[in-house]
Amino acid sequence: MTDWSTPRISPVPLGRREGWRERVLDRDSPLRRMDWVLVVAATSLGVLGAVLVWSATRTRLESAGGDPQAFLKRHALNLCLGLAMGAVAALVDYRMLRAYAPIVYVASCLGLVAVLTPLGSVINGSRSWIEVGGGFQIQPSEFAKVALVVGMAMILGEKRDAEDDPRDSDVLLVLGLAAVPMGLILLQPDFGTMMVFVFTILGVLAVSGAPARWVVGLIAAGVAAGWSILHFDMLKDYQVERFTSFANPSANLGTAGYNVNQARIAIGSGGVRGSGLFQGTQTTGQFVPEQQTDFVFTVAGEELGFVGAGLILLLLAIILWRGISIAANAGDAFGTLVASGVVSWFAFQSFVNIGMTLGIMPVTGLPLPFVSYGGSSMFATMMAIGLLCNVHMRSREWD
Amino acid sequence: MTRTAGWADEAPDAGEEAAVSDRSRLRLAVLRILVLSLFLTLFGRLWFLQVMSGERFAQAAKNNRVRPVITAAPRGRILDSVGRELVRNRTVSVVTVDRTALDRLPEDGREVLDRLAGVLSMPATEIRGRISPCGTKPDPKSPPPPDVPCWNGSPFQPVPIMADVPDELAFRIEEHAEDFPGIEATLQSVRDYPNKSLGAHLLGYVSPITEEELVKKKYPDLQRTDLTGRAGLEQSYDADLRGRSGVKQFLVDSKGRVTGLAADTPAESGKDLVTTIDAPAQRVLEIALERAVLKARSTIDLRGNKLPFKAPSAAGVILEVDTGAIVGMASYPTYDPGLFIGGISQSNFAVLNSKEAGVPLISRATQGLFAPASTFKVVSTSAAVAQGQASLGGSYSCPGSVKFGRTFRNFDSRPLGSINLRTALVKSCDTIFYNFAIANYVADNARVDRKEKPVEAIQSMARSFGLGAKTGIDLPSESAGQITDRGFKQRRWERSKATYCDRARRGYPEQLDPVRRAFLEQLARENCSDGYRYNGGDHVNLSIGQGDTLVTPVQLARAYAALANGGKLIRPRIGKAVIDRTGKVTRVVPTVQTAKLPVSAEVLAYVRESLTGVTKPGGTAGGAFRGFDFARLDVAGKTGTAQVNDKQDTSWFASFAPAQAPKYAVVVMVEQAGTGGSIAAPAVREIYEGMYGLAGRPAAMACGLTPTALPVVRPDGSVQRPPPPCAQPRVKAPAKAPATIAPASAGRGVPLGVPAGETQVLIPIAAFAVRRRRRRAGAAR
Repeated sequence: MTDWSTPRISPVPLGRREGWRERVLDRDSPLRRMDWVLVVAATSLGVLGAVLVWSATRTRLESAGGDPQAFLKRHALNLCLGLAMGAVAALVDYRMLRAYAPIVYVASCLGLVAVLTPLGSVINGSRSWIEVGGGFQIQPSEFAKVALVVGMAMILGEKRDAEDDPRDSDVLLVLGLAAVPMGLILLQPDFGTMMVFVFTILGVLAVSGAPARWVVGLIAAGVAAGWSILHFDMLKDYQVERFTSFANPSANLGTAGYNVNQARIAIGSGGVRGSGLFQGTQTTGQFVPEQQTDFVFTVAGEELGFVGAGLILLLLAIILWRGISIAANAGDAFGTLVASGVVSWFAFQSFVNIGMTLGIMPVTGLPLPFVSYGGSSMFATMMAIGLLCNVHMRSREWD
Repeated sequence: MTRTAGWADEAPDAGEEAAVSDRSRLRLAVLRILVLSLFLTLFGRLWFLQVMSGERFAQAAKNNRVRPVITAAPRGRILDSVGRELVRNRTVSVVTVDRTALDRLPEDGREVLDRLAGVLSMPATEIRGRISPCGTKPDPKSPPPPDVPCWNGSPFQPVPIMADVPDELAFRIEEHAEDFPGIEATLQSVRDYPNKSLGAHLLGYVSPITEEELVKKKYPDLQRTDLTGRAGLEQSYDADLRGRSGVKQFLVDSKGRVTGLAADTPAESGKDLVTTIDAPAQRVLEIALERAVLKARSTIDLRGNKLPFKAPSAAGVILEVDTGAIVGMASYPTYDPGLFIGGISQSNFAVLNSKEAGVPLISRATQGLFAPASTFKVVSTSAAVAQGQASLGGSYSCPGSVKFGRTFRNFDSRPLGSINLRTALVKSCDTIFYNFAIANYVADNARVDRKEKPVEAIQSMARSFGLGAKTGIDLPSESAGQITDRGFKQRRWERSKATYCDRARRGYPEQLDPVRRAFLEQLARENCSDGYRYNGGDHVNLSIGQGDTLVTPVQLARAYAALANGGKLIRPRIGKAVIDRTGKVTRVVPTVQTAKLPVSAEVLAYVRESLTGVTKPGGTAGGAFRGFDFARLDVAGKTGTAQVNDKQDTSWFASFAPAQAPKYAVVVMVEQAGTGGSIAAPAVREIYEGMYGLAGRPAAMACGLTPTALPVVRPDGSVQRPPPPCAQPRVKAPAKAPATIAPASAGRGVPLGVPAGETQVLIPIAAFAVRRRRRRAGAAR
């Protein structure tokens, strides 16, 4: 194990911070304090995603007479923009972050309202996007996830005198504030994103030290809500179909079951080493719908095999592992809660997305963080990585 | 302290204020475990899908992507011995429906199907029935009419819904292609039977491979749409006739667009099968059988129930004695194999299997089992001489009846005095053979009592003649028959004694008639206690081919062929050679001698000479052969009249000719038709006359001989006939040789007129054909 305490004995004397070289190499410099494992893992996933998105879209674009690298270029652009936004999120002043939280919250709620107006456009049955021209769309619910994490951390991390754990009133406030974006998202309707919210709230609340009754009660309420939604036919037909195809994959083989079945064939046929990049017949034949977005994992499964798909799982696991460590070592409760929120969000979304392609979770329209094509998702997840780095840089371990 | 965290991070250095509470720390640890287990789940599932079941999914991916398109290979023809086509192929217009194209249309192409139904004058429900995959439930609102076959092929293969579509309809569909998306009129090769029902039982029929056979890989290199032989030569020479379908493996994407060609296996035509059949002789045989049946049906059974003979079935075999070549073989009733073209309907198939119609699908010649009756006496005679019970010079008493336990009577109880073996065969005396059998039986029983092995001379002689065993003919589903002996009775008793003894104990309380009940109970008691016993009566009956003795007509023909050819038991066969499309002979079916009769040449010659007397005045077939042209063809034979419980007598005649240098054995059997001399013998006479061109009839076979050379198949599919087998005046075009009288062939003693094969005129049988058709139509209704 690397002894990270070595930089404490800095060759550069304190107080002499004139030169840029010294500034950059200073033991307190963001460059040194940056969590490079996290950054490398997230960037690798983004690059891998670019290749997979390229493979998934190449033949279709070519047969349509377009530029076969169009999606590759956009994904690369998204990745660069995302990294930039992540850097901002990492370097912005901690206190500023807290100060901005209400603004971010209100802005994202406005975004969510906007999608419900004629500004919003419908893709795959959900009114979740705002057209911004040039073929780009913004999905406010992705940014709302960041807002939720920061907002909750702000409220629950606020230390009161000699009081470690949040009070019931804090919990209620959090739930009330979270209910607004959740309700808006449910109106789109985007069941998957709402579930991400639920899980993130649960994670943050639990780590905040809120009384156990809240955690248990929320889980019970979630189960009851899920049951009543199914029982009182509150879901759209396609959502019900997705659930029945999950429970019984051979039903609806033509529609919802088709996705699941083709995804499983793609992944299964990859075997240990995969068919090789651009060589997957399921992928080049476009047998898997939504393959560059929600089902991007199937490209890795088919073309890169267990080796490549396992690598993606491993990189995600590393990010989450680092995230939890950052939460545990955060300099204050705010940092801990931000990190736990990000971890809960990533963990749930990754598990549901990959589980869906593997046939162990129902089909929901959730992207795979960093890998799936989609600007909003990329920006939001990279900002979340930036937040983790920000917390990390103010970690107790530097003290 | 390290930067990498543990499960639950250790408390920070003393003195530092903890940022989070212990409760938070604990919950973070729980979160870590939760995340870890979620990812382990994903890893496990990924391992299961990719490493454990990768093979299966790889196959599924292949099925996804590769669309095989099959081009059927033309099936080989079946030719007779000079190259006449018995089965050929015909190209017909077939209307096919592509389901994948229809599924893209609104309401699954209902409008298109309705339009097509109008053009084809076929109910739309029938079309829908034909294209629906087997195993799917029919639409309850508009069920297809009964009898419509479902589709058992690939969902991507266009489904043929009507074959032999008139050209104008095919053109109409082609010209208005825009009105008929997914509908196509294509050409397809189907079986064609130029001689209608001629040789139906020999030829057999074809039908598509079933889903079950496909799954079980019964025919590993067969494609979904392939036809396979289901009976007759079509089945036994299936591998030669079938060829191999061509398969183009197209690569497609999810929209079904072709992206490439993965593999292209060209179709390989099936090979032609040359048979030993002579089509005109076959026709002669079939007409003779039909006439014999009709004659029997118009004759009153005076010795029996005083009703007309039922004559439900008949069979006949013409066998070349030296080679085992089947020149003709027929079974009555017959059927039109054309019914099977393009799939037979359920109701037609039911008729072909129905008792009322006489189960036309069964070939009595190879599958029917009948008691051979007196035709068996050549075996009994051989056995008696071989055992030293009789000598060729001796005379033996032929009383009206013999008493052994019970009384066994001669035919009509007529005594013939002291006669030699020849007269016993000519006049068909039974009691001589009873006496030999009784002596035989007594001696065997003494051996059994001494714990020695019984000789069972008649049974072993019968088996040497090939009776009671399959002949190994190249046709499927041959019956074996049976020759009863002690071992057979013992085995049968062991199988059935439980039932009999149970009945002996419980009786027949359900039987209301007391007389019948008493009889059944007596029978059950006897069978329970003594059923294993081989009785004297069993043996006496066996000696004249009665009782439990059962043979097929082809077995008997082989036995008489062995008698005629000097004792060689030769496997009968119909296949002669297989010729591929380039004209190369790829296979010649050999003559196989399976055994030699344990009978001396002297005895065989004696029996053969004796049988010449049967067809002469005073013989049992003397009447049938009255006025026969013996100067040109001497026929030897033996009548048989089998008595069957509750049925009228089976009529047999087994023969060979020319008697002095036998070339053919001809056997005819007509079930429930009276004596051998009255029905079967006249039929055999008619067959010889037709074969050799006697009594003013045209000869079916050139100089009564089959050609030794094979016909030549030219690359264009035409067939050059082999030169006639007998001496001909040297003419440029031998195939078109005019009818000439061949010089007398002293060795064969067959001075015969021979019209050459090509100019052969098939005998018109319009009257029979019409009658047959009418009957079939009636049965189908």
